[in-house]
Amino acid sequence: MTDATTVSADAALQKKSGSLFEVGERTKRRQAQERRFRMMGLAAVTFGIIALFGLLGSILSNGVSSFRQTYITLDIYLDPAKLDKAGNRNPDEMAKVTTFGYAPLIASALVEQIKKNDISVEGLSDKDAGDIISKEAPASVRNYVLAHPSKVGETVQFDILADGRIDGYYKGRVTMESAQLDRNVNPEELVLADKLKEAGVLRTKFNTAFFTAPDASDTRPEAAGLGVAIIGSTYMMIIVLALSLPIGVAASIYLEEFAPQNRLTDVIEVNIANLAAVPSIVFGILGLAVFINWAGLPQSAPVVGGLVLTLMTLPTIIIATRAALKAVPPSIREAALGVGASKMQTIFHHVLPLAAPGILTGAIIGLAQALGETAPLLLIGMVAFVREFPGPPPEGFFDPAAALPVQVYNWTTRGDPAFVERASGAIIVLLMFLAVMNITAIILRRRFERRW
Amino acid sequence: MKTLKIALAAAVAASALTTAAHARDQIQIKGSSTVLPYATIVAEAFGENFEYPTPVVEGGGSGAGRKALCEGVGENTIDIANSSSRIKQSDIDNCASNGVAEIQEVRIGYDGIVFASDINGPDFAFTPADWFKALAAEVVVDGEVVANPYKTWHDVNADLPEQEILAFIPGTKHGTREVFDIKVLEDGCKESGALEAFVAAKGEDDGEKACVALRTDGVSVDIDGDYTETLARLDANKQAIGVFGLSFYENNTDKLRVATMNGVSPSVDTVAKGDYPVSRPLYFYVKNAHLDVIPGLQEYVEFFVSDDMAGPDGPLAAYGLVPDPELAKTQEMVKNRTPMGPLN
Repeated sequence: MTDATTVSADAALQKKSGSLFEVGERTKRRQAQERRFRMMGLAAVTFGIIALFGLLGSILSNGVSSFRQTYITLDIYLDPAKLDKAGNRNPDEMAKVTTFGYAPLIASALVEQIKKNDISVEGLSDKDAGDIISKEAPASVRNYVLAHPSKVGETVQFDILADGRIDGYYKGRVTMESAQLDRNVNPEELVLADKLKEAGVLRTKFNTAFFTAPDASDTRPEAAGLGVAIIGSTYMMIIVLALSLPIGVAASIYLEEFAPQNRLTDVIEVNIANLAAVPSIVFGILGLAVFINWAGLPQSAPVVGGLVLTLMTLPTIIIATRAALKAVPPSIREAALGVGASKMQTIFHHVLPLAAPGILTGAIIGLAQALGETAPLLLIGMVAFVREFPGPPPEGFFDPAAALPVQVYNWTTRGDPAFVERASGAIIVLLMFLAVMNITAIILRRRFERRW
Repeated sequence: MKTLKIALAAAVAASALTTAAHARDQIQIKGSSTVLPYATIVAEAFGENFEYPTPVVEGGGSGAGRKALCEGVGENTIDIANSSSRIKQSDIDNCASNGVAEIQEVRIGYDGIVFASDINGPDFAFTPADWFKALAAEVVVDGEVVANPYKTWHDVNADLPEQEILAFIPGTKHGTREVFDIKVLEDGCKESGALEAFVAAKGEDDGEKACVALRTDGVSVDIDGDYTETLARLDANKQAIGVFGLSFYENNTDKLRVATMNGVSPSVDTVAKGDYPVSRPLYFYVKNAHLDVIPGLQEYVEFFVSDDMAGPDGPLAAYGLVPDPELAKTQEMVKNRTPMGPLN
């Protein structure tokens, strides 16, 4: 009914001006409609861009500072009376001196350093001064001594991590006012840090340890790094690639080229599409039940994570591969069959190479998805505090490890505010990995894609 | 052909992976997120100072940790469960039915629960009765049990500032909530005399339940995440008051203003002396059957409760753990591997 009335109204409007050169009411309305639609589209895109920049901006502003870290240069006298009482320089015996035994050496080296530079800060005790050094320091000095036992008795120069609060001071996280209220740092320590900086003892430099060091406990955020998480994620990606690519490609070739069209293949097809839409946490539950509880694989291990993520990635790869195979024109298959090639020769000599760019693109996008996945890993014990680096593969696949996205999650739950910066830094690293993978996918597609 | 070969090789590799038995040389720990920071501090120091690898520590909650501990004996089950509340009889029964006969209960110290608001807000001096009156679904006014009418803290107690009541309290899955219910709400209920009125009006059982029933008009908000979430919510809602663990507060003293409870300000000292009322013991539970199987487990347990770590001058106390005055007893017990007796 309404259609009929508008049509007749439009007709009435049209009649008033018959000329094409005069813009009629109806044309105006249509043009206004189009303008509105364009505006809405533009608004949608602008909104998307603003949201993206807001997100990236907040991550970058929080996280870029994690790539720099404050260090203090100290000349530490490795006192043989304390570190090697027997005097044999035997690392096994020296290992009996724990990090608690090393802490005083570092504290006295700092006091020396302060004296040497003629620094005096009012109201600062030696104990407070010692607080500007990271609690990681005794461990790093001890590791050095155990690796170089002959250095005991000498004075060695170390670049030692500054405490997280001091580091935060140079990154704007800690101020004189907040230090007044903060129980872990006091303004005198910040004054001392400033003076040490003037003297060139304290420096902020690029934080390579962020990429190589393992996670650290809540008391030493300045030492926490992504090393174990990067290795864990790499191991998982190796497993995902090694399992899901061959299985996915084989399944797609069979379904696309060999399988008869019947109800069974239809059911399989629908189920693959369904699997692609299953929430990832479900795969985590499956992984826990099958791989850990039934198969007895270890918890927190990249092998379980890799298997779970393989299951998750398979549908994506199968769907992409089938689309790529479908895109190869039938004439190529017919030509190959026509000159006497067998079906298998046709596929492996002609169809598959032509479909390869599409398959690889699908695989890389699937991998990128798997790399950023967190939910299934929560259930299989990957959200753990892991400090030991996993061994080299294949045994290393069974060692406990973390993964990049869960490391982000892990750090956001920590009490010390310095971990917020670390988490944002980890997000930046993860985003860079994802960007590299997606760019590779785009380049592959651009380079090798053939159109018919 | 090549692809097919690779696929076959991968399938063989996959089946090999699933059958490979792998001896575990790392201690595995799971449980309370309150104990987690302490456990990671100890694990880190353990890895540095002993020849054994650093233990793997997972969070997930006290209940989840105890359940995992009781799954059975063997290398693919965990060795230690961290817990911020005491083990329950149902857990012990579950353990027994899965063949986990002997477990050690190790008390590592105490944890204070603090009430804090934005650093720029007014000071608060609470009593448990204030919290009960502010958050309970029903309160007693002039001898009558009525739905909670209070809007501001000033309404609850004339000494408190004129500020709207809004509280972020831990969700029911947290061990902290249990302590909050018992030490704050129930005690406040008794102190204010509401318990008697409830029992008179509803009978014994329902009267006690009414003490911990919270109002549902949005004034009390359950936080199921971590303390970091509570802190973020406080940041957005400067009027609100949040419930935190003492160690979390100690790490964020520049952002939070802590309230006193019964006139006592929370600190490691006041909790240790027992002056600050809202505190609870923290535990971990060790599976004795794993002690001689997993390398370093006995050493880890002894190291955790050693004076170097859990003592008054150790790193755990510096982080906010309230040291246990009976630590020496625990050290003795751990050395003898004394399994825990029945719950009393």
